[in-house]
Amino acid sequence: MSLFRKIFLVDLLQGLRVTFRTQNPKNIVTEQYPQQRPMIAERYRGAPRLNINPENGQTLCIACDLCSLACPENLIVVGWERNPETKRKDLITFTYDTSRCMFCGLCEDACPVDALELTQDFELASYSREGAIFDRQTLEEGIRPTKYRF
Amino acid sequence: MSGTFLDSTELVLNMGPQHPSTHGVLRVIVKLDGERVLGTECVIGYLHRGVEKIAENRTYTMFAPYVDRMDYVAAVSNGLGYCLAVEKLLNAEATPRAQAVRVILTELNRIGSHLLWLGTHALDIGAITPLFYCMREREYTLNIFEKYCGARLTTHAFRIGGLQYETYEGFEKEVLDFCDLFEPKVDEYEELLTGNRIWVERLTNVGILNADDCKAYGVTGPMLRAAGVKWDIRKAMPYSGYEKYDFEVPTRENGDTFDRYMVRMAEMRQSVRIVRQAVADIPAGPIMAKVPKIIKPPVGESYVSIEAPKGELGYYIVSDGSTQPYRCRVRPPSFVNLQALDKMARGSLVADLVAIIGTTDIVLGEVDR
Repeated sequence: MSLFRKIFLVDLLQGLRVTFRTQNPKNIVTEQYPQQRPMIAERYRGAPRLNINPENGQTLCIACDLCSLACPENLIVVGWERNPETKRKDLITFTYDTSRCMFCGLCEDACPVDALELTQDFELASYSREGAIFDRQTLEEGIRPTKYRF
Repeated sequence: MSGTFLDSTELVLNMGPQHPSTHGVLRVIVKLDGERVLGTECVIGYLHRGVEKIAENRTYTMFAPYVDRMDYVAAVSNGLGYCLAVEKLLNAEATPRAQAVRVILTELNRIGSHLLWLGTHALDIGAITPLFYCMREREYTLNIFEKYCGARLTTHAFRIGGLQYETYEGFEKEVLDFCDLFEPKVDEYEELLTGNRIWVERLTNVGILNADDCKAYGVTGPMLRAAGVKWDIRKAMPYSGYEKYDFEVPTRENGDTFDRYMVRMAEMRQSVRIVRQAVADIPAGPIMAKVPKIIKPPVGESYVSIEAPKGELGYYIVSDGSTQPYRCRVRPPSFVNLQALDKMARGSLVADLVAIIGTTDIVLGEVDR
């Protein structure tokens, strides 16, 4: 390092120039969550949802149990009953334990009728462990995250 | 030597497991003589989850999300290594399109991993500003991952035999935009750090590990290349179509902490170069090779190693012909690189120990598995 650079702290001033170059308020990249909602990608794997056929309000799930078999953590429990009239499986209960979920998306890939879907909802905090276990109603209606007031 | 406790010169100190600059839950027992480090001993296992045992109880498809959780900073690389190992067992190969997308994502992940390393390493040394800049740029790579596969950190981006997700609309443009944006930023980091006298003084001749020691300890990755050994698995044993891309393997001579910094900075530039080439020529075609739905590899074993951001990441999988691996052994780069810590730290000052731990670029999730 030359004497000039050493005495006049050129290297430190160069670094400070970079720092001051980024002081422009237009360059702020911080998201003001929760006031400002973050951009969530379309494919985001968040809270699970059990889709309903919009035409008749019936569940799309055919209780085939494939999601439960695909799940690495075995956290999906599908309860079904054979309907004696139609001879088909009727979905009774559907439990999804989000406290153990890795959101890997394997259940979503396994579903043959696109009934189970990981949605863009990401606010999964709950006051109790039981709150993290989603039953069929929660899965169909979606979670209701706490609304913040400012 | 006998004496009272007053003239005792040696001091044994526990650094960690909750020390902020051990980058996780690493406990280093340090023997000190004043400010000098006489010896160190690493105590690991605080983050042990038994990933290799979990593999024995999961099917091949099911185990893929778990490998992301070892080196969570470079989850995409982990996924690639595992998928390649199982594909080798199955004697299958990903389609050309899948291979190109895999290369793009792993190189973006390498940039992200190096950025996180640079930010935290600078923070350890005492420079806070680079951390914010590095995190800002890393966010762009994470956004690309989120848009591509729906997760930011533990991505689970690849499946055995190819990809699950087709690239989204505007993927190529977004990746190229990131490349354009990122290249000047590397110059910016260099402007901040490379010439800075504090940075240079703190890093040069600290934690020297020469080429012979590197080979003796099995150290790989940027640490080996900083010692002057031109060894990169992407060049030596190309996988996933790396032989098609033109890039250099940056090396340095001294093998000290500053050289490792310089190698990683150069690697980020080379990664951008690879990404540019790969994006320019993504072949059309299917994204998934013909792989059975239920993966049942023939009896046999396979070892595949890839160049992860931290070094050689290897997967050794033994198949007994069932749907679950008989044994899955992971060769994690962080774990092996950490073993050279004692060699590097012996005789240095205790303040430099922080720099030496930082420069090994360890992720404790991978060390403990």
